[in-house]
Amino acid sequence: MGSYLRPTSLPEALAALAATPRIVLAGGTDYYPARVGRPPEDDLLDITAIPALAGIAETEEGWRIGAATTWTEVVEAPLPPLFDGLKAAAREVGGAQIQNAGTVAGNLCNASPAADGIPNLLALGATVHLASASGDRVLPVAEFVHGNRRTARRADEIVTAIHIPGPKRAARSVFLKLGARRYLVISIVMVAAVAEFDEDGTIASARIAVGSCSAAAVRLPALEAALAGQRPDPALVAEAHLAPLSPIDDVRASAAYRRDAALTLLRRAVEALR
Amino acid sequence: MRSPAERIAFTLNGAGVEVHAPPATRLADLLRDTLGLTGTKIGCNAGDCGACTVLLDGRQVCACLVASGQVSGREVVTVEGLAKDGTVSALQEAFARNGAAQCGICTPGMLMAAADLLARTPQPDEPAVLDALGGVLCRCTGYRKIVEAVLSLGETAAQQAPAAGRAVGARLRHPDATQIVTGTHRFGADALPEEAFLTLRAVRSPYPHARFEIGDLAPLFARFPGLVRVLTAADVPGQNLFGIYPTGKDQPVLAPGLVRMRGEAIAALVGDAETVAAIRDDDLPITWGVLEPVTFDRALSGDAPEMHPHAPGNVLIRGRVKAGDAAAALETAPHRAAVSVETGFVEHAYIEPEAGYARRVGERIEIVACTQTPYMDRDELALILGVTQNQVRVIPTATGGGFGGKLDLSLQPLVSVAAWITGRPVRCVYTRPESIASTTKRHPARITAEAACDAEGRLVAYRFHGDFNTGAYASWGPTVANRVPVHATGPYAVPNVLATSAAIHTTDTPAGAFRGFGVPQAAIAHEALMDMLAERSGLDPLAFRLRNAIRPGDATATGQVLEHAVGMAACLEALEQRWQALRAEAEAFNRAQNGAIRRGAGVACMWYGIGNTSMSNPSDMTIGLARDGTLTLYCGAMDIGQGAKAIMAQIASDALGIPVASLRITEADTDLTRDAGKTSASRQTFVSGNAARLAGEDLRRRILALANAGPEARIVPVPGGILIEDGGRSIPLDLMRHAADSHGDALVGEGRFDPPTTALDADGRGIPYAAYAFAAQVAYVEVDTALGTIKPLRIVAAHDVGRAVNPTQVEGQIHGGIAQGLGLALMEEFFPGRNENLHDYLIPTIGDIPPIEATLIEDPDPLGPFGAKGIGEPALIATAPAILGAIHHATGVRITRVPATPDRVRAALLAAGAAR
Repeated sequence: MGSYLRPTSLPEALAALAATPRIVLAGGTDYYPARVGRPPEDDLLDITAIPALAGIAETEEGWRIGAATTWTEVVEAPLPPLFDGLKAAAREVGGAQIQNAGTVAGNLCNASPAADGIPNLLALGATVHLASASGDRVLPVAEFVHGNRRTARRADEIVTAIHIPGPKRAARSVFLKLGARRYLVISIVMVAAVAEFDEDGTIASARIAVGSCSAAAVRLPALEAALAGQRPDPALVAEAHLAPLSPIDDVRASAAYRRDAALTLLRRAVEALR
Repeated sequence: MRSPAERIAFTLNGAGVEVHAPPATRLADLLRDTLGLTGTKIGCNAGDCGACTVLLDGRQVCACLVASGQVSGREVVTVEGLAKDGTVSALQEAFARNGAAQCGICTPGMLMAAADLLARTPQPDEPAVLDALGGVLCRCTGYRKIVEAVLSLGETAAQQAPAAGRAVGARLRHPDATQIVTGTHRFGADALPEEAFLTLRAVRSPYPHARFEIGDLAPLFARFPGLVRVLTAADVPGQNLFGIYPTGKDQPVLAPGLVRMRGEAIAALVGDAETVAAIRDDDLPITWGVLEPVTFDRALSGDAPEMHPHAPGNVLIRGRVKAGDAAAALETAPHRAAVSVETGFVEHAYIEPEAGYARRVGERIEIVACTQTPYMDRDELALILGVTQNQVRVIPTATGGGFGGKLDLSLQPLVSVAAWITGRPVRCVYTRPESIASTTKRHPARITAEAACDAEGRLVAYRFHGDFNTGAYASWGPTVANRVPVHATGPYAVPNVLATSAAIHTTDTPAGAFRGFGVPQAAIAHEALMDMLAERSGLDPLAFRLRNAIRPGDATATGQVLEHAVGMAACLEALEQRWQALRAEAEAFNRAQNGAIRRGAGVACMWYGIGNTSMSNPSDMTIGLARDGTLTLYCGAMDIGQGAKAIMAQIASDALGIPVASLRITEADTDLTRDAGKTSASRQTFVSGNAARLAGEDLRRRILALANAGPEARIVPVPGGILIEDGGRSIPLDLMRHAADSHGDALVGEGRFDPPTTALDADGRGIPYAAYAFAAQVAYVEVDTALGTIKPLRIVAAHDVGRAVNPTQVEGQIHGGIAQGLGLALMEEFFPGRNENLHDYLIPTIGDIPPIEATLIEDPDPLGPFGAKGIGEPALIATAPAILGAIHHATGVRITRVPATPDRVRAALLAAGAAR
């Protein structure tokens, strides 16, 4: 009970998880807040000392964001405009303290409906790389996040990295977050968009995702289809494109408002892709 | 079970340290509890407030979210590491000089966030400062002076100590500034008993209304050997009821089988810290019989069970003020307007959760905890323990913000009962959720109001009714019910008034004192009506207010004729130019583009009676002169960050005629200082300040008499004694003939002041206050009509403060009040059980407060010390209505339900067809 491991290699970490279920700890920015007033008494596996999980690297297929990569590392990494949306999200996750400790992969694994990273990772077409003592597997983000704080990660698995495929054409991205104050705010609605452009300026393909409007952030395939082959134009966004959303009422806003605001943010996001 | 301790070696503030601790321990706890570095503060333990910000390898992180195991081999810098060789850093100096710290609880976090920024960007611009400090919440300062401090780092404006008689009006830095910026200021959770102590944790109701029984506790004791006692209602030695008013003692220390609110304490676990933290509420054998809640709607409908015998129909109290015949005047007036306003619970959200300890010393009890009101605490605790007041000593710690929320008892009865029974010191630190769930709030209000003016735009009638949800217990409900009708009209001359109020019991969190006691809610109504009547009269909103502003010689609705120091018109006149400019700027902006973004400017006025409403509220102060010449101000006025300590010293030293630097201060301690009342009702500068002035004058008379010197003589403190300089002679004062009292003082000057007021009759007629403060504020905002979001761009404030004893502190109060008013207007609403943390309950961050221009109107009040009046509450009241007026100017839509959250604004715009 209550043991804490901080291995320095991935095999050690995987062996520990194979032996006993443990909470995987990185930045601690979701773990500790869920235990206010209680001593941390869980069995923990701290993955922040494993070099194989660190940093952002360009690969043959695109980019790899190691599981222990913090939001600040994303902001400070030299990355192409494809990542402008993710960087914008990185600057909006909590305050600088959270950005310095919290990780992109942790945001994904915590799977809050309001996770700022997930709509961006969906829009980037990211895949989640998992490892366990019994083997590795790769899942698209949409298949990894099952719902509110539910993921496909098995108890013996560690997310080792998030992979972002390189675009085939010129790509731009945007992230818009709506909250009721400037900093330290949980999103009421957020929109992430990534588009690849043909040389004539028309959208070759787009991926658009909305967060905080359903149990897990979702893409809007009908809108993506409507944008393909067109120049970015807010008028292309129709209310019917929001069909996959299922917002709820909570302390931050009403469901009706979320739907309404999502429409506005989507139009602004498309405008920003111009 | 916690993880076993391991060796953790790291660099702390430049030196290697090695500790043995469980590696999952939060770094904040390791620093504070294991290493004794209490400069790092804990405000939420959830990464929401940033008070615990430290540098880890040069990067700011929340120490409450870092596993201690992760710092192994790394470098940690805390606030204790900023000063070098006993000299504070330029950053710390800038905070102290600029008034960037008020209560000081967020200051270490702010400093560390700024240190991170400055190490990377030595000359940052404002957006960089906002981004870097955006993760630290401050509830006192309104952030602007913090931003100024970080931006002013290179400046070296020398501050000279004011000469004798020149302290009032000086920008004296806070006497505790050095302790605050170095992290040595001792707050409730920083104070520990010298002896081994027990820890207390309250078990609280998860239901708003329920009966309960606690079964056999023997198995619990068997399972947790570290558990010493479980206190229940039967253990309270005296009266298991407390409350502010003699007639309103209705709140149990521990509920006796019935809870009337979520978060009510039903039992208290007392034992070693690890044990009481490890026990889950579910581990106790509690049987609940859940009852239907009494909601505000249900209580107002009359269809609810009565919650207290003293409140038939669940009406705690009604208030009423009547002048002339409002109904008749409304009937015949050419212009008439009506409004309904609704507000919610607002949480004080001081960054310091309640904390402290009690220890039994023979047949006495000592309570060391944060508070706004040591003497009321003492008297209440005596009743609860069944002892005399002399058996209770309250020794306040530094208090990390209060705003009214620390006027009620919180943990003090629990730790006092526990320490009294066990004979051992007992400590308690509230968690953030516990603090929010169990302590008082601003009253939710439902207001209907009507006003009318004549064809020239002169007010003729005002009718008002406000129902206030006072929650489960009386607390300060009577104060709200009494104060609101007096202030209902706003600062205007109105001949015919009927203003009524009611405080209604529900099974919600008790609503108590919160900066303004209901007046901020009422101000939303009167300012909406002023805007509406201005429009109907064809007058500019500011011109309408100026036409109706209460002036010397006018009578208030209570029949009190205000003769002097009525600065309302002066405040409006001071704003006029900026008002016209911002109105024009908004209109030009809106003409220039037809997108979703609109701008608007709004103006609002407020008045505020200083001190208690028609009730005696004296303050006593003494100044002692010891044989060695030491001068000590015994100051019972609690400084909760607003700066009473500096204000009292400035006033007392000028009255005495000595340099303020020569006056020592003994802070509030019910054994050492006299009763200076509570830090509440904006009364300390006016009431306690007068007591300090009188004490200074009294001691001056005694000293001069002893020296046989004339009234113009100078009292000059010198090492080891006092010189009296009188007409060219300089004589040492001989104190040896005087016996020293228990403080060691040979001479004592005494001062007592109680504002002259009269009781209000059944129609609310009388003199409720001896002085009133006045203010007007202009808000300039941008509305995104497609999203319903509001971005304040600028606030321009003019405040009649009588005399600014310390202009830096007065500005600090104005900035902080504006920030809280902005929160009330735009984002703050507490829902019991739903947002008991600082990420779901939103208060403004550093990025939400626009530039503030503050003008101080100094129209000396003949009764005020050196002319001064209060500023604490007046700072907040006009902000929300000014913002709502600006939204109306921008969009044509009047929001009357606050907070004006994006969804509410958008819905109102859509309903009015004003959205784009």
